[in-house]
Amino acid sequence: MSEITVPHRPPVGAMRSRRPAKAAVPLSTPLTGLPRLLILFVVAGLVVVPLLATVIGGFKELGELRTNPFGLPKVWHWENYWGILDSLRYWRILGNSLYISTVTVALTLAVAAPAAFAFAHLRFFGERYLFNYFILGLTFPFATAILPLFIKVRDLGLLDTHWGIILPQVAFNQAFSILLMRNAFRALPSELLDAALVDGCGYIRFFVSITLPLSRPILATVGVISFVMSWNNFLLPLVVINTNSKYPWTLGLMDYQGEFIVAWQLILAFITLTILPAMLMFMLAQKHIVSGLTAGAVKG
Amino acid sequence: MADTTAVSPGRQKDVRSGALTALIFLPPALTVFTLFVIVPIVEAGWYGFYNWNGLAALDNFVGFENYRQLFANKVFGHALINNLLIIAVSLLIQLPLALAMAVLLADRLFGAVAFRMLFFLPYILAEVAAGLIWRFMFDGDYGLISHAWQALGGDPLFILADRNWAFAAVLTVIVWKYFGFHMMLYIAGLQNIDASLYEAAAIDGANGWQRFRHITLPGLKPMILLSVFFSILGSLHFFDMVVPLTGGGPLNSTHTIVSFLYYFGVGRMRIGFGSAVGVFLFVLCVVAAFGYKRLLMRDE
Repeated sequence: MSEITVPHRPPVGAMRSRRPAKAAVPLSTPLTGLPRLLILFVVAGLVVVPLLATVIGGFKELGELRTNPFGLPKVWHWENYWGILDSLRYWRILGNSLYISTVTVALTLAVAAPAAFAFAHLRFFGERYLFNYFILGLTFPFATAILPLFIKVRDLGLLDTHWGIILPQVAFNQAFSILLMRNAFRALPSELLDAALVDGCGYIRFFVSITLPLSRPILATVGVISFVMSWNNFLLPLVVINTNSKYPWTLGLMDYQGEFIVAWQLILAFITLTILPAMLMFMLAQKHIVSGLTAGAVKG
Repeated sequence: MADTTAVSPGRQKDVRSGALTALIFLPPALTVFTLFVIVPIVEAGWYGFYNWNGLAALDNFVGFENYRQLFANKVFGHALINNLLIIAVSLLIQLPLALAMAVLLADRLFGAVAFRMLFFLPYILAEVAAGLIWRFMFDGDYGLISHAWQALGGDPLFILADRNWAFAAVLTVIVWKYFGFHMMLYIAGLQNIDASLYEAAAIDGANGWQRFRHITLPGLKPMILLSVFFSILGSLHFFDMVVPLTGGGPLNSTHTIVSFLYYFGVGRMRIGFGSAVGVFLFVLCVVAAFGYKRLLMRDE
C-alpha cells in the first residue's frame, strides 16, 4: 500500500528516512516547538493585555482601578455596562454609524461596479485616460482634500448631515473599488461575454445577470473594505458633523470621554461596548475580513 | 474567412452598443469622483495661495506666504520629525516583528490560525478606540504601565504628559496596532513561495536560518517592498490616534503632518494655510507612490 501512495518520490522518502527528525518539521519555519510557542505567547500577551484591561476595568469602581490595577474586580460592577446599554446615546451613535456605513457600501458598489465593468469589457473613446484618471485617486491623501471638502459640503448645504460624510466617502472609495473590480471582471472567462453577445444578450443584462452574480467574492472584498473604513472613519465626521445626536460612534466615543474625563471605569466600559460590534463581526467573518483587507491591499 | 466577415458586422454593433453602455455606466462614478476628490484636491492647490477664513470673499492673494510660514513653523518642523520617527520605527521594529511572526505562523502548526487572528485584531480596531485604550494604559494615576512601574518601586509615570516620552508612547501604540496587518501581508507572500524550494534546501542540508535567509527573504522581497510602502503612506496619513492619545501635546510635541493640518488649519479655520499643508502632504504622497512604482518596475 505504501508503495502506491508514494510512488513518485522515492528519493525524497529515502533522504527523509535518513533524517527522521527533520521529516515532520515544516520547512519554512526556522523555529519550532517550545521556543516558537514561547515567543508567540509573549507577543500575544502584549497584544491582549490592553484589551483585557479595558474590558475588565469597565467592571471596576474608579477607586479599584488604583488599588487593584492588575487583578480581577473584587465585585463585578455590571451597572457600568448596564447604564450605557440603557442609554439612548449608545444606541444612537451605533445606529448612525451603521446607517452611514451601509449606505456608503451600497453606493460605493452601485457606482463603482458599472464603471469597473465599462473599463473591463467596453471599448470607448478615452478609455485608458479615464481609467488612469480614476487610478490617480489611489495616491491622493484624504487630508489634502479636507478643507476644500468642508467648503464644498457647506456650500451644498450638507454640513451636519450624514450625506456630508457618505458622498465624500463614496467618492474616495472609487479608485480602489474600480481597480479591484475591473481586474476581477476581466478575469472572468471571455467566452461568457462572446457567447452572451452572440445570443443577443446586451451588455447591461450581461453585467446584471452574469458578471455581478459571478463576482460575489470581489464585491464582498470591496464591501468589507468600504464598510470597515467608513465604520472607523474619524477625520471626515469630525469636520462635517457638529450635532451630538448625529455623531457616528467614533465621535460619540470621544465625546463621552470628554464628558467623563477621569471616570475611567465608565470610559473603559463605553470603549468596550462601542468596539464590541466590530469585534463580533470580526469573530463571525474573520476569514472574509482578513482576506478582504489584505487581498485588497495587495492587489490594489 | 467567410466566418470572420459574417461576424464582423455584429462585432461593429457590439462596439457601438458598448460605447453607448459606457455612456450610462461611467457618469455616476465620474461625477462623484470628480466633484469630491479631484476638485477639492485642485482647490487645495488654489486656496493655498490665499489667506482665507472660508467666510469672506476669496480675494486676499498672498502668493507663497502660506508656504513660507509653514516651513518657518517650529511645530511643523517637529511634526515632520515625528513622521520620520514613525517611518523609522515601522522599518526597524514593526517590520522585523511582523516578519518574524509571519514566519512562525505561516505553516499550519499548532495555534497558527488563532495567533494570526489575535495579532490582526488591533488592526481592525478604530484608531480612536485604540488611542483611548492606550491613553488609559499610559495614564499616570490609573494606567497599568504607571502601576507596573510603581510596583517596581518607581514614581507614577505620566508618559503622555512628558514631552520627551509622549511620542515614544505614540510609537508603541503604532507598532501594537499595525504589525498584525503587515504580518498578514507577509503570510500572503509566504504562500507564494514554492514549497519545493524548502524541500530541496533541506535535502541539501540547509538549516532553518539558512532557509530563511536564502529562500524566505528573497521570495518575500515584493511583499517587503509593499509593506515598506504602506508604512510610509501610513505615517504620512497618521492622524486619528493623535487626537485621543495626546491631542498633539504636550507643548505641541506630538503632532504629525495631518494633525498639524487639523489643529492649525481646520481648527483655526485658516483655509489657505491648511491647504498649503495639504498640498505639501500631497506632494510627499505622490513622490512615495512613484518611488514605489519605480522600484517595482526595476525589480521586474
